[in-house]
Amino acid sequence: MLGLVRKRLVQLVIVLFLLSIFTFSLMKLAPGDPVMAILNADEMMVTEADQVKLRSELGFNQPLYIQYGQWMLGLIKLDLGTSYMSGKPVWNEMMERLPITVQLTVGALLVMVSISVPLGILSARYPGKWPDQISRICALIGASVPSFWFGLMLIYFFAFKLQILPSTGMGTFSQTILPSFALGFSLAAVYARLLRAGLLGSFSEDYIQAARARGVKEWRILWFHAFRAALLPVITVFGLSMGSLLGGAVVIEILFSWPGLGSMAVDAIFSRDYPVIQGYVLLTGVFVVVMNLFVDLSYYLLDPRIKQGKEGTA
Amino acid sequence: MKVSHILQKKPYFPSLVRINSKPITMFGLFSLSIFILITIIGPFLVPNDPFTANMAERLAPPSLTYPFGTDHMGRCIFSRLIIGSQTTLGITALVIATVILIGIPLGLLSGYVGGRFDSFVMRLADGLTALPEFILAIAIAGFLGPSLTNLMISVVLVKWISYTRVVRGIILLEREKEYVLAAKVGGCPTWKIITRHLLPQIISPVLVLATLDVGKVILIISSLSYLGLGAKPPEPEWGAMLNDGRPYFQTIPELMFYPGMAIFILVLSCNLIGEGLRDKLDIKSI
Repeated sequence: MLGLVRKRLVQLVIVLFLLSIFTFSLMKLAPGDPVMAILNADEMMVTEADQVKLRSELGFNQPLYIQYGQWMLGLIKLDLGTSYMSGKPVWNEMMERLPITVQLTVGALLVMVSISVPLGILSARYPGKWPDQISRICALIGASVPSFWFGLMLIYFFAFKLQILPSTGMGTFSQTILPSFALGFSLAAVYARLLRAGLLGSFSEDYIQAARARGVKEWRILWFHAFRAALLPVITVFGLSMGSLLGGAVVIEILFSWPGLGSMAVDAIFSRDYPVIQGYVLLTGVFVVVMNLFVDLSYYLLDPRIKQGKEGTA
Repeated sequence: MKVSHILQKKPYFPSLVRINSKPITMFGLFSLSIFILITIIGPFLVPNDPFTANMAERLAPPSLTYPFGTDHMGRCIFSRLIIGSQTTLGITALVIATVILIGIPLGLLSGYVGGRFDSFVMRLADGLTALPEFILAIAIAGFLGPSLTNLMISVVLVKWISYTRVVRGIILLEREKEYVLAAKVGGCPTWKIITRHLLPQIISPVLVLATLDVGKVILIISSLSYLGLGAKPPEPEWGAMLNDGRPYFQTIPELMFYPGMAIFILVLSCNLIGEGLRDKLDIKSI
């Protein structure tokens, strides 16, 4: 286990290094001169001396690797620069908006779990029957419907036609329902199918038969034996879908006008606020990488076979 | 060499006729063919010019001249929907083709040559997977400016990875088999082993992967166009059209209904075909 953790940590460092190089070079490739942008050259007279002074203050006259080193040192101290638009440090700006995105994502995960677990179990218990058909159709729809359009249709029916839920805004519970559902539905459908496949697979395993033969109650078999084994593929995909969850959150935040990280990034793109975009890309990148590390490690807690080193199949 | 060659001869393309058993897959094929047909003959079908604005007729209800009514600029929605299929299908085809052209050779070389090249490609792939395609698209749109070209670049940057990994995995398994050894012993040059013996093994998985990706690419492109980070306003892209209709959707929900429905049915057809192919060709890993 420790050896694996060490190996994964080394990989993590490599990936984070690549991520930082990628972001740094994009920052350098970006059109426009940041010095002129900060000095507001469009509207004010800028002397040559001012430019040179600011350029050396910002370290832009030094070789690239030194600039990268200084930038990296800043990152470690959580110094991501200041936003061109608001003038606030990017880190603080992101921390203000993070809880909003977290609220949306957690809402979506709750929707996901509360749909996919019952639907997955029912369709595994009665394969080919109506719960199975429903979950199949939901999965097809979930994979094919554009999330922004699904969200708009939800707003249309529940906010305008039936007028039972608010269409925009955030804070209250009822305002969280539609965005969470819009974001969580397509994932829920995918997970219901995965869970079904996993459960069907483990129902046919020997240890389930053995447990049945010992007279273990059916619900115990389901929850303590089969469910645990079926979670493995679910968790793999969960790690992979963290990215699409964050990406989907961008669209849903814009749609429901939630001032989260995603809408911050899109606003920053339109106002060419490079430090903010950089901060967003780094934060989400680091988050996804770390999530994947946890996913890998969780195999060891869920699958005792890997811990004993007998079967390294996962 | 001749014998091994004959023994291993497989058809390069799995025949589509063989997937006719499932009606739902056939529905997907049928519906996709209609979309492709519309894309090709669309310019001859449109009743009005999709770009001509006519402020006198803005937000008009459906009529004989405008079958689906007009949008906020008085442009014919029906014509824009039809011309929009060119943007969506054209870009998606281009992206998928580029991804295959990058992904397959890299996977073949990585798997067959191995060594430093392999570890370089695999580390690069690991690094890029840290950034989900949506976030990468935001990064590239943010730093290099929002445009359809930059959007395509960012999708390609992420999508090649899964092709390279799948191809590499198959090659790693196949290159140890007897028929490859036989070809080697028979003096078959490396490039010929790769193109003649190994390439046919990867056609079916890549075909399934590509069909399933078509839907995903369409969704990404339309989502980002909806956010204004892809196709630009005069362009009749479906996602962008949805964005145009947003302010009016309480009064005229049709403005959003048609383009969304078009995206939905197109992606659904691609997914149906992809799943049909996957079941038929019995590829579980994708």
